[in-house]
Amino acid sequence: MLDPQLPAEYEELRKTVEEFAHTEVSPVIGDYYERHAFPYPLVAAMGRMGLFGLPFPEQYGGMGGDYFALCLALEELARVDSSLAITLEAGVSLGAMPLYRFGTQEQKQRWLPDLCSGERLGAFGLTEPDGGSDAGATKTSARLESAGSGGSWVVNGSKSFITNSGTDITSLVTVTAVTGPQQEGRKEISSIVIPSGTPGFTVEPGYSKVGWCASDTHGLSFADCRVPEENLLGERGRGYAQFLRILDEGRIAIAALATGLAQGCVDESLRYARERAAFGRRIEQYQAIQFKIADMEARAHTARLAYRHAAALLIHGRPFKKQAAIAKLVASSAAMENAREATQIFGGYGFMNEFPVGRFYRDAKILEIGEGTSEVQRLLIARDLGLPA
Amino acid sequence: MKIVVLVKQVPDTWAEKRLDPDTLTVDRASVDGLINEMDEFAVEEALQLAEKHGGEVTVVCMGPEGATDAYKKALQMGVDKAVFLTDPALAGSDAVGTSYALAQVLGTLEYDLVILGSEASDARTSIVPALLAERLGLPQLTFASKVEVDGTSIKINRQTDYGHDVVEAGLPAVVSVVEKINEPRYPSFKGIMAAKKKPVQTLDAAAAAIDTARVGAVGSWSKVLDATVTPPRSKGTIVTDEGSGGVELADFLATKKFV
Repeated sequence: MLDPQLPAEYEELRKTVEEFAHTEVSPVIGDYYERHAFPYPLVAAMGRMGLFGLPFPEQYGGMGGDYFALCLALEELARVDSSLAITLEAGVSLGAMPLYRFGTQEQKQRWLPDLCSGERLGAFGLTEPDGGSDAGATKTSARLESAGSGGSWVVNGSKSFITNSGTDITSLVTVTAVTGPQQEGRKEISSIVIPSGTPGFTVEPGYSKVGWCASDTHGLSFADCRVPEENLLGERGRGYAQFLRILDEGRIAIAALATGLAQGCVDESLRYARERAAFGRRIEQYQAIQFKIADMEARAHTARLAYRHAAALLIHGRPFKKQAAIAKLVASSAAMENAREATQIFGGYGFMNEFPVGRFYRDAKILEIGEGTSEVQRLLIARDLGLPA
Repeated sequence: MKIVVLVKQVPDTWAEKRLDPDTLTVDRASVDGLINEMDEFAVEEALQLAEKHGGEVTVVCMGPEGATDAYKKALQMGVDKAVFLTDPALAGSDAVGTSYALAQVLGTLEYDLVILGSEASDARTSIVPALLAERLGLPQLTFASKVEVDGTSIKINRQTDYGHDVVEAGLPAVVSVVEKINEPRYPSFKGIMAAKKKPVQTLDAAAAAIDTARVGAVGSWSKVLDATVTPPRSKGTIVTDEGSGGVELADFLATKKFV
């Protein structure tokens, strides 16, 4: 934390993604967004750049980087567009990471190389129609039949709002399911890998979303969906602990994404304030505008420090739960406020979808909801301070 | 196949550039340096040829001390090693001097093919590839929009105003490429990390057997005598149409000899 400069290789990565976002993403993403279409060519290009393999070792086709590298890439993408950033975040942090963290050698060899190359995408199914933050309310069930001799899990239930679950290149969804009766006041929850196309696994039509319109989000349903016994991910009954770990990390990634959006609002506002004139002067000359932009910059900067600190703790193997919660809380709030202020600076044009700030405004709100609501972040911080549950 | 790709570090195309009033050269210290855009296409083509036919790619860069961004980018993209020619005596070299210096560096290397961009975004003379081929006594395959290597021969599509010519030569040869040829890759994080460990050989004029009387501002054949900043565009004439707008417009076009 003492060195104010990013190490050279991280700075090079940041610059590369920045250039990609400006040159390749910025000119075309508005059209995908408008059509609610998934930007396959851009995802493929990100795959060729190795972004989907950033935090994974080379033996699985990864880039040999770390979670910090992923966060930098997310921030730079989200400065221009959040749909692609969430596609990357969910693909890496929710799709591939559980396999890497909890998978057997065989599962990693089988699934990770395609996910690291970005040729295929993975998804993580936790949220259900009747339970998001309340993960203990999981109703999806998995029953083990003929255990031990070519046995299989029979999965029944449904999942909601699952990112990357229905693209043409989705290879799997890892779902949490109740696999046994309640023990010590908690249901036995396990994670099971469901390959795309498994009979009984239905991907519902895409949602009509307020934001993230160029990302892929579906409800999923499972009706006697049968997968081999060896598709259990990690230990049976450890599903709850596993997704808590995955969500803790994911919060840092979402905070990085939110920081990017907050910074994108500063970028756009500066550009606009310098060219737009009102009452005979460029609006950058009005203190009302200057103060707004200064506040926006301060929020983006604070958010960045918060997520980078949490990421540094994570990659150094130190406890990071509270810092990740703080980063997500602060950064999503910064994104929301900056989007509102940037839209205000743009006036009527800010309400038009053709300007990026309009997209930012629509994309910001979900950041206070997804991967743990702001209320959940506050609970986590309070628990860490020793306040009673 | 051994391929040498030449790159130049140029001032950021988008940055505001200014001339140093004393030397009448671009003030490079005041702007960020980066790889000449056209050279990225040369690097990409070199990498694609090496991936297809096997072999090794060396990047050669000539520039002031510290101008390391251009060859580093090439290393990050996947080039195997770099040779960096830097010497205060080279400062201010024109295209003729530059081609001589580069030819001397190439004399220290083994290669089957030399690839470079067809022009640099700063000086834009576009003649270094031809000068270099002449100095090396090699076929010059300039303005290539497509390159095919087959054993010991090479065939290119040379982009022209009317379409393209197909030009063929034996190897070794010098090829300059245009932007149409490919889509340069972005460095991956693995490439960025790997680049830090790749060999970089730094040469001064003496190490490349360069006669310093033939390079730099002193050895250049051409000299910049004067330079003027492009004047800002003046405000146009605004005519309020009070019935005679059409006539005035026609008169204006007539005085400018457009009609």
